[in-house]
Amino acid sequence: MRIRDFHQSYAHDEAIWQTPTSRLWLAALFIALLLFPFTANGYIVGLACVLGIHVIGAAGLNIMTGYTGLISLGHAAFMGVGCYTAAWLGQRGLPFYLTIPLGGLVAALLGLVVGIPSLRIKGLYLAVATLAMQFILVFVFREWESVTGGVRGVNVPNAELFGIELNNDFRMYYVIAFFAVLLLVGARNLFRTRIGRAFIAIRDKDISAEVLGINLFRYKLLAFAIGSFYAGVAGALLGYFYRAMTPEYFTLTLSIFYLAAVIVGGLGTMLGTILGAVFMTLVPELLRAVVSFIAQWAPRAVEVLSPMQEIVFGLLIVGFLVFEPHGLVEIWRRVRRFFHLWPFRA
Amino acid sequence: MNAPFDWIALAEFALIGVFSGGLLALIALGFVLIYKGTGVINFAMGEFMMLGAYFFYTSHVMWKLPMWLSLALTLAAVAAVAALIERAILRPLAGQPVISILMATIGLASALHGVVDAVWGGNNYEMPPLLPRKAFTFGEILIPGQVVWSFILAALIITAFTLYFRYSRTGIAMRAAASDPMTAYVLGIDVRRTQRLTWMFAGVVGAVAGIVVGSMTSLSPALGGAALGVLAVIILGGLDSIAGAIVAGLIIGVIESLTAGYLGGKVRDIVPYVTVLLILLVKPYGLFGTRQIERL
Repeated sequence: MRIRDFHQSYAHDEAIWQTPTSRLWLAALFIALLLFPFTANGYIVGLACVLGIHVIGAAGLNIMTGYTGLISLGHAAFMGVGCYTAAWLGQRGLPFYLTIPLGGLVAALLGLVVGIPSLRIKGLYLAVATLAMQFILVFVFREWESVTGGVRGVNVPNAELFGIELNNDFRMYYVIAFFAVLLLVGARNLFRTRIGRAFIAIRDKDISAEVLGINLFRYKLLAFAIGSFYAGVAGALLGYFYRAMTPEYFTLTLSIFYLAAVIVGGLGTMLGTILGAVFMTLVPELLRAVVSFIAQWAPRAVEVLSPMQEIVFGLLIVGFLVFEPHGLVEIWRRVRRFFHLWPFRA
Repeated sequence: MNAPFDWIALAEFALIGVFSGGLLALIALGFVLIYKGTGVINFAMGEFMMLGAYFFYTSHVMWKLPMWLSLALTLAAVAAVAALIERAILRPLAGQPVISILMATIGLASALHGVVDAVWGGNNYEMPPLLPRKAFTFGEILIPGQVVWSFILAALIITAFTLYFRYSRTGIAMRAAASDPMTAYVLGIDVRRTQRLTWMFAGVVGAVAGIVVGSMTSLSPALGGAALGVLAVIILGGLDSIAGAIVAGLIIGVIESLTAGYLGGKVRDIVPYVTVLLILLVKPYGLFGTRQIERL
């Protein structure tokens, strides 16, 4: 049973981590994040890096779609913008701790441009507009060869900090973990401010929000900019992690991957973002393991791996929408409520 | 530099555009049907086209069934799949926010695409040409036969649907259910049945379009993406207008053909998307769409 959780001040009521126990767990989590790479093998650390990047990307999409209700089918393209910006600046000698935020900023600026129609159009129309943007940006990535390297892709120079080359997964892990924690805490705190509350009001009913004095144009644009900033940072980190990128990475499939992550995790919660991103990153790994297991007897199984992935992603989206519209977070809450109230019945 | 402007080429590109616009209008009809019936853009439309083309290929080329039989089988199969989808996914989501339903169709598209890829593989298949290839000539202008015949086919199907919605009892019921489901329900129209029929019709329209497109080019999982380009047509026409779909289909057809002719095939791929963005910025409800008025 949960005890000693009696709110006596507004500050306490608004706090993210409300009980000493949860603060203790948070500290344990940070220590675990710090020590984790020492205990795991290379494959797991690499996976954790990808996971951290996906968490950042999904957080951006959740701010746009989950909190503000602006559906975006072009998230991957904004990651691409961040990645190419970081690569271009990195090749000109800028250090990674500048290029990554700058990649995010350029993506955010572009997000502002794409967000302009969002005042007049919403829902379906906005989905179509962002979808169009997705295709146009990938086209630009392919054709603007002097910057993006065209279909051959671009090389991203190694990140370097205090003379140490961050050239392996182990070292990149800390960079990615730093940005992931920073951006997630930032996002979580964003929704304790006027801006975040305005986003939620817009999602729930934009006309009512405007009547209440929220400048729709400004806040919708801001949501686009923030979401795209997260995407840009995630894309830039992706570039530094893989050290080379081609336009084929940033296609509609990746946009749908993020949409799936946000839906599966839970729209409009940061915990859901993390759960969804983790889940969606691990599903393909699990599928790969299952397929290579089956391939011992049926070698053809390897060929259906990528279609299987599409099928599973699609079914996950549909299944969660139909059966668990609030996502994994709701399952987590149910489990937690059970233990909070135990031994009484929920 | 002073070469005389080639008016013949321009006329040829424009005419090819008009005729290929028929097919665009047909695909757009599939989108419009579902939008009117259920209020969403069906992002899985391209996958219906793909399913149609692959079913037809399987029955006609692999099983060597006669063409009319494989066509009938294909249409029945796609209609069945569409009905199943309506029952399993769309009905449980009724009343949910538009975003949810939209995302469900995106998930559906991904799943169907994967199924086709898993069953038939990523290879290209050559479909036998179904429409006569003999080119039409108008003076010096030469139009490929397939393009003209696909236009005629599309025109026939669209006309048939328009007449059906105007005069048949079921068609009128479907229109009533589309414009106001609650009232239609109270008046004794089986709204669930009309919704199911809407999806089946859209599936059939998509399948026919898929077979035609597949027979004109070749058959690969990339066909599923073809329908996304048609979004330009339905946005320009206004999401809920069949007349708009026709007019916009022809306009987009001409634009695509002209850009392909003068700027090259690469640019053609993104023309629909640039067009979509421009339309949305200038005239978000399209040429003939119903302007949505929001109230609190």
